[in-house]
Amino acid sequence: MARKTGVRLWAVAVWLLVWQGASMALGQALLLPSPLSALRRLCELALTAPFWQAVGWSGARIIGGFLLACAAGTLLAAPAAKWRAVRELLAPLVAAVKTVPVASFIILALVWLNSRSLSLFISFLMVFPTVYLNVLEGIAQADGKLLEMARVFRVPVGRTVRGVYLPAVLPYFRSAASLGLGMCWKAGVAAEVIGLPSGSLGERLYTAKVYFQTPDLFAWTAVIVLASVVFERVFLAAVDAAVRKAGG
Amino acid sequence: MELRVENLCKSYGDKTVLRKVSFTAGEGVTCIMAPSGGGKTTLLRIVLGLERQDSGTVMQSPGCRWAAVFQDDRLLEQLDAMGNLRFALGGELEEKEACRLLGELGLGAVGGQKVRTFSGGMKRRLALARALLAKTEALALDEPFAGLDGESRGKAVACIRRMGAGRLVLLVTHDKADAEALNAQVVAL
Repeated sequence: MARKTGVRLWAVAVWLLVWQGASMALGQALLLPSPLSALRRLCELALTAPFWQAVGWSGARIIGGFLLACAAGTLLAAPAAKWRAVRELLAPLVAAVKTVPVASFIILALVWLNSRSLSLFISFLMVFPTVYLNVLEGIAQADGKLLEMARVFRVPVGRTVRGVYLPAVLPYFRSAASLGLGMCWKAGVAAEVIGLPSGSLGERLYTAKVYFQTPDLFAWTAVIVLASVVFERVFLAAVDAAVRKAGG
Repeated sequence: MELRVENLCKSYGDKTVLRKVSFTAGEGVTCIMAPSGGGKTTLLRIVLGLERQDSGTVMQSPGCRWAAVFQDDRLLEQLDAMGNLRFALGGELEEKEACRLLGELGLGAVGGQKVRTFSGGMKRRLALARALLAKTEALALDEPFAGLDGESRGKAVACIRRMGAGRLVLLVTHDKADAEALNAQVVAL
């Protein structure tokens, strides 16, 4: 029987209690504020316009990078699956993006680009190799016998893609998207903390750290986690609907 | 419409599957008969352009289009019967004619049921319907009666006789009764 690995509410409650207990035992809000004070600060921030501007600013770039990576990974995987030369040409690039530390890319990006494009670029780089490799694998798993049938019946390419390739690729794409969604928020905000683009979530995190506004630090962190979880749920629900439509 | 096969040879490694096979097929049913492993499916695959022969020639009328029942059903399991027909036949599918044929083959009541829930026999009949409904000049039918009971087999034979009229039909079987029921020319490999 499959074990449930999702987050359970009771477990979250236990860890919040541990956090509250540790904060009370320490007695220094500067080092470890209580979950209640972090929540209070979050509510205060949520009532201000700059809060939503920061969420929108960073969200648009990180999600934009993610969506661009999904599009580029998918569009490049298709010719790579068909032509070995394309696959071989892209292999070193993909391997380099996968292995080079994200901090190196952030520094390089600061040299090449302005800081406003940083989180978009880093989010793109984090997600692209995963999507590309998974979609490539999905295409390879398409049923060769069905493709032969489509060839004999002279089924047009578009219909073959929808009927044969899409059901094979979508589960692989979903798994890549799920992995990439976690990575793009972490790496995107980390890039903002280093590049400090004005009005970003990363800048808010950095400011909170510099001025020892620890409850703010926790509140902004919670916002990032929430934004990441909400977008992940929405995006994966859309992919799941597509999987159900394509694969029954 | 004519198919001319001359001195066709095909081997896989050391194993010779087709040795100098020659025959001519025209309008009507031509039955390819051979024991299991005798190269029947390989012959059909070469005729359909899915494999290359080692030597020999396959000549057919220019522009000839084929539809096929493969050794395995090759259906899109996530779709229903009509969805499978639409996938393979696209705009040339006449839904009224398709419903009639599905009914004749005992698939009239399957509605929107996904193919993955079909029995083996139902899948076979749907694969046959897909080939028969294609507006092609030629049909390659690889053991289309496999897994069908007596009654379904009779219906399938009647459908092939009706819808195969005026077309070139290559039928692979190892049952002489099938060839007799379809008044087929027999080619023994």
